[in-house]
Amino acid sequence: MKLIRPRSLLIVAVATATVSGCSSAGNAEPTQAPGPPEAAQSTAEPGPRIFQPGAPGQATKEFSTDELNAVEGVTYVEADVRFMQMMIPHHAQALEMTDLVRMHATTDAVRQMALRMEISQRDEIALMQSWLRERGESVEWDGMDGEHGARGTDAAHAGHPMAGEGMAMGDDAQVDSMDVALMPGMLTPRQMEELENARGVEFDRLFLLYMIQHHQGAVDMVADLFMTSGAAQESTVFKFAEDVDADQTMEIARMQRVLEGLPESSNAR
Amino acid sequence: MKDSRQTLSRLGGAAATAMTLGALLSSVAANPADVGAQESGAAPVRPDAPVLTWDPNDPRIGLATGWTDAGEAISNLELLAAIPRPDGFFNPETPGDGRFSNTDLAFRGNTLIQGNYNGFQLYDISNPADPRLELSIVCPGGQGDVSVHGDLVVMSAQETRGRLDCGIEGVADSISAERMRGVRIFDLGDVNNPRQVAAVQSCRGSHTHTLVTDPNDAENIYVYIQGTSSVRPGDELPGCSGAEPEEDENTALFRIEVVKVPLADPSASEIVNMPRIFADAEGNIAGLWAGGDHGPGTQTTRRTDRCHDITAYPGIGLAGGACSGNGILLDITDPANPVRVAGVADPNFSYWHSATFNNDGDVVVFTDEWGGGSAPRCRSSDPATWGANAIFRRSEDNSLELAGYYKLPVPQTDTENCVAHNGSIIPVPGRDLFVQAWYQGGVSIMDFTDPENAFEIAYFDRGPLSDTEIYTGGYWSTYWYNGRIYGAEISRGIDVFRLTPSEHLTEAEIAAAEQVWMDEFNAQLQPKVTWEPTADVAQAYLDQMIRHKRILNSRADELGRVIQQARRGSASASALNGAAAAAERDAAAIRAGELGGDADRMEKLAATLRGMAGM
Repeated sequence: MKLIRPRSLLIVAVATATVSGCSSAGNAEPTQAPGPPEAAQSTAEPGPRIFQPGAPGQATKEFSTDELNAVEGVTYVEADVRFMQMMIPHHAQALEMTDLVRMHATTDAVRQMALRMEISQRDEIALMQSWLRERGESVEWDGMDGEHGARGTDAAHAGHPMAGEGMAMGDDAQVDSMDVALMPGMLTPRQMEELENARGVEFDRLFLLYMIQHHQGAVDMVADLFMTSGAAQESTVFKFAEDVDADQTMEIARMQRVLEGLPESSNAR
Repeated sequence: MKDSRQTLSRLGGAAATAMTLGALLSSVAANPADVGAQESGAAPVRPDAPVLTWDPNDPRIGLATGWTDAGEAISNLELLAAIPRPDGFFNPETPGDGRFSNTDLAFRGNTLIQGNYNGFQLYDISNPADPRLELSIVCPGGQGDVSVHGDLVVMSAQETRGRLDCGIEGVADSISAERMRGVRIFDLGDVNNPRQVAAVQSCRGSHTHTLVTDPNDAENIYVYIQGTSSVRPGDELPGCSGAEPEEDENTALFRIEVVKVPLADPSASEIVNMPRIFADAEGNIAGLWAGGDHGPGTQTTRRTDRCHDITAYPGIGLAGGACSGNGILLDITDPANPVRVAGVADPNFSYWHSATFNNDGDVVVFTDEWGGGSAPRCRSSDPATWGANAIFRRSEDNSLELAGYYKLPVPQTDTENCVAHNGSIIPVPGRDLFVQAWYQGGVSIMDFTDPENAFEIAYFDRGPLSDTEIYTGGYWSTYWYNGRIYGAEISRGIDVFRLTPSEHLTEAEIAAAEQVWMDEFNAQLQPKVTWEPTADVAQAYLDQMIRHKRILNSRADELGRVIQQARRGSASASALNGAAAAAERDAAAIRAGELGGDADRMEKLAATLRGMAGM
């Protein structure tokens, strides 16, 4: 890099007004920019110009500030709200599971993984709650009895209780509530009870098996969200859903490796 | 080590209350081997990952909360300007609307380009203390990282809402030809008619990108696309597959994309290569870190199936890649065909995020974005080596050796997202300085001249955006450009700083950095800095030897007098050459072991004096 004397290399020479700032110490002389050239089809108020380029080969549009502020742009949809509301109890159950690790895990690998999950799931719960509160949406998911689930387009996943793993889908009347999971991947009450009672290596094995199931459910919920028209367009939801997908997919792979490396369960109690 | 509990109690008001839950949780995080720590109430201890230590009187602790009126703490910097985001690029209701986050910066001449999830802006920075908004471009898609080359602005788009036509209405259909994920190229040559001249679609979109120039080819530039998002369906963009390599050898995972941009016709830009830069010797394209932890007490590291960011340094023919599970070096002497020449893992890294070389190119700073940038990872009990910078020495054969870590040396609250993020080199001759963004942790300037012992020499910080909500806010990037530091604040706009003299930095060292002038700057296309021989540069080297007591007092006085004369224009060429000769004699004696001192700086000082004599 040569030493080059300061010189003007303006890309643009259009500036007709100052933007109001809260300059805390900028008391140097403002530099007067050149006046505005003739604008061909300017509808803008005097001030910094706002353009929206078209697709390559297409024309560029110009906005006034008022026009720009009047446009709402992409926002969130019902499916985004439901996704955030549902993922909170989904994550909360993961925390119940990691709590058990504290008492019963026998391997460091499982302890470590559980701690990582605990940190990230707690942070994500806070993020989801913030997102919902900010938008005046309930942080509670009322899908079991409320209208959200019933109205959902993917009600099979969202609103209706899920039959547990290994559970034959018989007549509705025959479903034991102990075998019903709230949403994809979540442990049924029976599975949770099983995990609570497991000891020794059997606990580690069950924890991994059920957490893989639990994570897979979250990954499926993300996939459903992305396949829902209009959903995941809002930036925070998009980033969060992508993070859940990436993190939990990675953790599933890791858990499968740990599972393969576990000693044979002796069912020792 | 300080007693963390005692220090915690010094945190003021809301921060202290907010700490309770986080501290509890963090104590667990800090000690994976001892899950009982929480119950025992023991201070967080992790034998192999030191906890942060800090000055309990640091003014950054306990700053008042606020969006536009937060408390501020500053050291060895002066805040020259603070410019809020313009109309159309923020939501007045909340600082936490991710659709309008400010992102990366690029510079050309007197123009600063501020990327944003909703598009980008151009500011006239002829007077850096008074940036003037000149032009806004509306074109959503996130992250909106920007680079500039001549009249062309390149922008990253990764979100599913991104549209080919820059529309803000999003794309409702999950499969759509209107969606744009990749890099956009704008031509701003006609200020009355800025146009999008190319939209290069890619399977994972563009989270970040890197301009790469070829010293032997002025006709073309190259753009490396770093895609980190989900792979879109092949129905939308033919050839895209997110399958694992065992299932599909043409998977869009485990690669970057190389775009060739013909400067004579940028609309003909296209992907010309999709190099498998993580392949091993057997041809397995998933040849690097497979994901997982590194043993007891270590961090869990994301697998290496993408680069998050790449910094090209054509001056040394290399690029540094921060590639989720590994830090790598690429040979970019043929920019269309980058070849991996080194790779390193680290047991404290969660997600390799960015890379920056020192000016000599023999040290590389890698950052770890533990928590992804939206999580608080600078709390009192977070390990000091997690979410930090890892500083590596690079040998001639490109092997990398860990020298040390650096983390923001002051705790942040539970509601401040904070982790190592983007920065650039401050060109003080004889020093390696890095001005860096830490999200809501603020700006921190790291001196890594001694890579084993990096330390902070200046900072600026604001209080949290909220006491109750975690917003993704704070500094995305802080870069040095033509004498000033520009900070891209995600929800507060643009801040401009200048360095002020301190025990860590003299007036001459600052002046020597401020004399370095660039006509274009993209942080991911690192320039090689050389310094014109001036009195400030000579004085900077002298100041450094005096600071470290690595020069005879008599010699320091003698050289100082000559430099002062030169500053006044009254030093003859023979006086300068005479002083240079004396410095050279000292340097030779130091090299021969006959004299204590700093031979490197003495030689640089001598060369500077000779240069001044010849001007």
